[in-house]
Amino acid sequence: MWQALYEELKSKKFVVIAVALESRGADAARPWIEQAKPTYPCLIDVDHVVAREYNMINVPQAVWIDEQGHIVRPTETAGVTEGFRKMNPTTYEMPKEEMQAGAAARRRYLDAIRDWVARGTASKFALDGAEARKRTPRFTADIARAHATFRLGRYLVEHGRRDEGLQILEQAVALNPDAWSIWRQMADLDTVGKAGGPEFWARVGALGEKHYYAPVDMPEGQAQ
Amino acid sequence: MTTIISTGGVHKVTDRPDGTDLWLTPQKFEAVTGFALKPEGFCRDAVCIPIPPGRERHVHHGRKVNIAAFAELTHRPWVGTESGDCWVLEEPADARDAALRSLEAPDFALPDLDGRTHHLSDYRGSKVLLASWASW
Repeated sequence: MWQALYEELKSKKFVVIAVALESRGADAARPWIEQAKPTYPCLIDVDHVVAREYNMINVPQAVWIDEQGHIVRPTETAGVTEGFRKMNPTTYEMPKEEMQAGAAARRRYLDAIRDWVARGTASKFALDGAEARKRTPRFTADIARAHATFRLGRYLVEHGRRDEGLQILEQAVALNPDAWSIWRQMADLDTVGKAGGPEFWARVGALGEKHYYAPVDMPEGQAQ
Repeated sequence: MTTIISTGGVHKVTDRPDGTDLWLTPQKFEAVTGFALKPEGFCRDAVCIPIPPGRERHVHHGRKVNIAAFAELTHRPWVGTESGDCWVLEEPADARDAALRSLEAPDFALPDLDGRTHHLSDYRGSKVLLASWASW
């Protein structure tokens, strides 16, 4: 997803760090990584440590971090739209306008990164401290408990206690039902493919007016 | 054998829990939590969390420390299996929230496909797009 952008910008002190939230481990991620042949670091995160540290709930989400290690854009949807929700369930076709909206959102996100890499703090996409704090998703007690519960369930699944582990992962879902990364990882540990199967679509349908991917709050128009 | 998973790693102890209470020697307690029990309370670096009067008996006695009481006092999630043989101790939500709001990017260490460990801090001096993805 990021290879062309990385190659374009890597000479300007810019790096992509892609983190695979993959409780089944490196072998689950390997085919994707080998196909994409990324030249930036691709890390394997079986415990979803990065989701915990950065309060992420879905993929792809991203954080912008400057040269000093400061967050200039906290966790947000990384250049995708939820047009897939309008997909025809039998033909898997997407309405043309959704395809276009998705491509535009992606272009806008990549252009924003280019602008930030070129202009640093002068970029209108690099948020000031007050705005970055305001946009930081709140880390609640239930979210903390969900991460602890997730870690326990995942550990049990890895250590031969699959049924018990999956039951505990259900509790993690109940504690943070908005975290698609927890539900989909649990489904994937249960049966590969389940994370995108009928139960996934039922859960997406049940969102109603709620977002699957919250839209990115980014100024419209071309980056300058 | 009881397993305790904390941010510091996976620990095995021979102590058995009593309900959610798990009493450890001060040495083991410190290895798991990073906190030492001192007269001032639970201390890590220069910071001490006092033990409320009247609660001492639930927190420590007979030269052992109750990790469940520590978790409760310091608002740390303490989650275990039904049999009590495996536990996770998490950092408090308000500490994580404050850390994120400080806008200092939390460091982490994760392996790549070849098993080589990368720290976020290895990339200090570059702008970083930290992006999640998954096969599922």
